[in-house]
Amino acid sequence: MDKLLDVKDLKVSFNTFSGEVQAVRGVSFDVNKGETLAIVGESGSGKSVTTKALMQLLPKPQGFIKDGQILLEGEDIVQKSEKEMQKLRGQDISMIFQDPMTSLNPTMKVGTQIMEPLIKHQKMSRAKAKERAIELLELVGIPDASTRITQYPHQFSGGMRQRVVIAIALACDPKLLIADEPTTALDVTIQAQILELMKDIQRKTESSIIFITHDLGVVANVADRVAVMYAGKIVEIGTADEIFYNPKHPYTWGLLGSMPTLDNDGYDLIAIPGSPPDMTDPPKGDAFAPRNEYALKIDEELEPPLFKVSDTHYAATWLLHEDAPKIEPPESVKRRMQGIANTGTAPGVAKDGEK
Amino acid sequence: MIWEESIWTIKLAYTLFSIIGEFFVNNELSVNFRKESTLYQEVLQMGRFILKRVVYMVITLFIIASITFFLMKILPGSPLSAENKLSEEQQEIVLEKYGLNDPVPIQYVNYLAGLVQGDLGLSFHFDSTPVTDILANRVGPSAILGAESLIVGVILGVLLGLIAAIFHNGVLDFTSTIIAVLGTSIPSFVFAGLLQYVFAVQLGWFPVALWKGGLEYHVLPVIALMIFPMAISARFTRTEMLEVLGSDYITTARAKGVTQAGIVFKHGLRNALIPLITVIGPMAVSLITGTLVIEQIFAIPGIGEQFVNSVMVNDYPTIMGTTLFYSVLFVVIILIIDLLYGIIDPRIRLSGGEK
Ligand SMILES: Nc1ncnc2c1ncn2[C@@H]1O[C@H](COP(=O)(O)OP(=O)(O)OP(=O)(O)O)[C@@H](O)[C@H]1O
Ligand SMILES: [Mg+2]
Repeated sequence: MDKLLDVKDLKVSFNTFSGEVQAVRGVSFDVNKGETLAIVGESGSGKSVTTKALMQLLPKPQGFIKDGQILLEGEDIVQKSEKEMQKLRGQDISMIFQDPMTSLNPTMKVGTQIMEPLIKHQKMSRAKAKERAIELLELVGIPDASTRITQYPHQFSGGMRQRVVIAIALACDPKLLIADEPTTALDVTIQAQILELMKDIQRKTESSIIFITHDLGVVANVADRVAVMYAGKIVEIGTADEIFYNPKHPYTWGLLGSMPTLDNDGYDLIAIPGSPPDMTDPPKGDAFAPRNEYALKIDEELEPPLFKVSDTHYAATWLLHEDAPKIEPPESVKRRMQGIANTGTAPGVAKDGEK
Repeated sequence: MIWEESIWTIKLAYTLFSIIGEFFVNNELSVNFRKESTLYQEVLQMGRFILKRVVYMVITLFIIASITFFLMKILPGSPLSAENKLSEEQQEIVLEKYGLNDPVPIQYVNYLAGLVQGDLGLSFHFDSTPVTDILANRVGPSAILGAESLIVGVILGVLLGLIAAIFHNGVLDFTSTIIAVLGTSIPSFVFAGLLQYVFAVQLGWFPVALWKGGLEYHVLPVIALMIFPMAISARFTRTEMLEVLGSDYITTARAKGVTQAGIVFKHGLRNALIPLITVIGPMAVSLITGTLVIEQIFAIPGIGEQFVNSVMVNDYPTIMGTTLFYSVLFVVIILIIDLLYGIIDPRIRLSGGEK
């Protein structure tokens, strides 16, 4: 498979009054062509910051890429100037945001907003761009597209606005589409429709997608591979099957344990106890140790490296070290894994414990 | 002391303005305004909207006219007190001539009847010239002075605010903030005096006073008067622009690859300027109070100077006429601003006040 994106040891920090917030502390992953990678993790784990760094949309001047490489088709985009990035954004990489109610310009016609990247990147004439905008709206399932493009965002419902945002993101056939919790702000039925739409579009355009979500149900539904983030690091990464049926990291167990399933299996949802560490002063050892009931002595001293489980599956926990005691995931998590195996897909309505 | 009083006048005028504005904005018609979207319907709706607003304006003006009339009757002092040299008989003749011997209700009805015909009565001075003639003779310089100051002030203020927002926290931001603070805290007559002394008396670049047609007579009074609207617009534009630049739809635009100039001018400016329209009303009002002082200082034969003189000599018809004239100006300004608001902000156009 061809690698589209290769992120190597990415570190992102923010300068704040209380010191340097190390939001992302050395993240490495890759995305293949046509693949969907899901990034999951609790609030504040650094998911959005990672993807904002990919587009160099970090809030300036406080946010900056401290170290690392972001190779897009082999070219390091960390080194690119703002001008070069402007050519890249919307053309090679584009982004869908969480809240459709605020992510469209309220005083600009929807059509103009879709036409903007077409005119800029593909040098289309206005007439041509307008035609294409109508096509795009039809593609994302908005009826009566030729009148709709003359309307303003407030004339659209939330779900429709998210379709518009998707149409904008798709306008120039980007190689990589980043979706930062695109369904969180929508109600359940609309969520399902938007997910369906995104899967459908991926089948048609064969673009790669990075999909950020809190919701493991959504992950099971859309992802080829899953990266689990905690405190600015990837703690486990693998194919969707590996993460759901053979999770290795206690944090992943915690996420799975706190995920509701449709068939009430008699086990209570177990929220992960405690809260993430202060990122201005991250702990010396494993950042998850204080919340981990399986924590070992070494977790307090030394950060675990990524242990290889299979060619595609890695997890950063000392439990995988050959000298560590063999520990099985708790019963409730096993039952839940079973539940996913039985139903085929996990429910699309789940929210993790902290919400 | 004078400054404190004029601050109070501004505050009073502002409160009055807000109450009137509130009343107009929240009436049910403006909510339904432009629900239909065909052009014909829009024009029709617009016509009805204006018509209804004009009716409200007439009612408001009627109330203001009545209040000023009765205030004039209640307040101590007499138009004749300044001319005590008149004999009893002469006073009697004068009172008879102006209808001041009639019972108050009759005077009131006569006054209103005159108003309906566009007759504001006769001045007690200037050989009994009709008040409308006095106003007509005087309105030119005031209107020019006010309009020039408002336009120049707002344009310069917006530019200043934009520069401050773009170079947020830089030297230019700091400078423009200082200008804005000085502009709002130093009364315009202080500037007027200063300008007059430095540029007219000392340097001799501009005439010290008077209004004889040439543009050189405009420069100093306009600068003195525009400082306040400029400072207010600068502060407003800066705050709004910074807020807009931090909003989600700006991130969307950046994610599309829009350039910095496009972000500021295409996406930012319009959204940042919409709220400015709401303060143009109060600014125009404050300019009117400003002209009262500035016209005195520069000996400009405008309405403001006339108004002050009339108050000094208890020239009731002229005071009432001028008050009414100012009131008409206020309500017309409010109407224009509401219409402007609707044109610039598509959300208002469709749904009235609600967001
Ligand atoms: N502008 C900023 N200034 C300072 N710190 C920031 C800024 N933006 C993000 N952070 C910090 O970076 C960390 C990661 O934030 P991020 O938004 O990536 O979390 P997330 O995983 O996307 O969470 P959520 O699921 O809530 O969206 C947080 O600890 C946050 O405090
Ligand atoms: Mg986020």
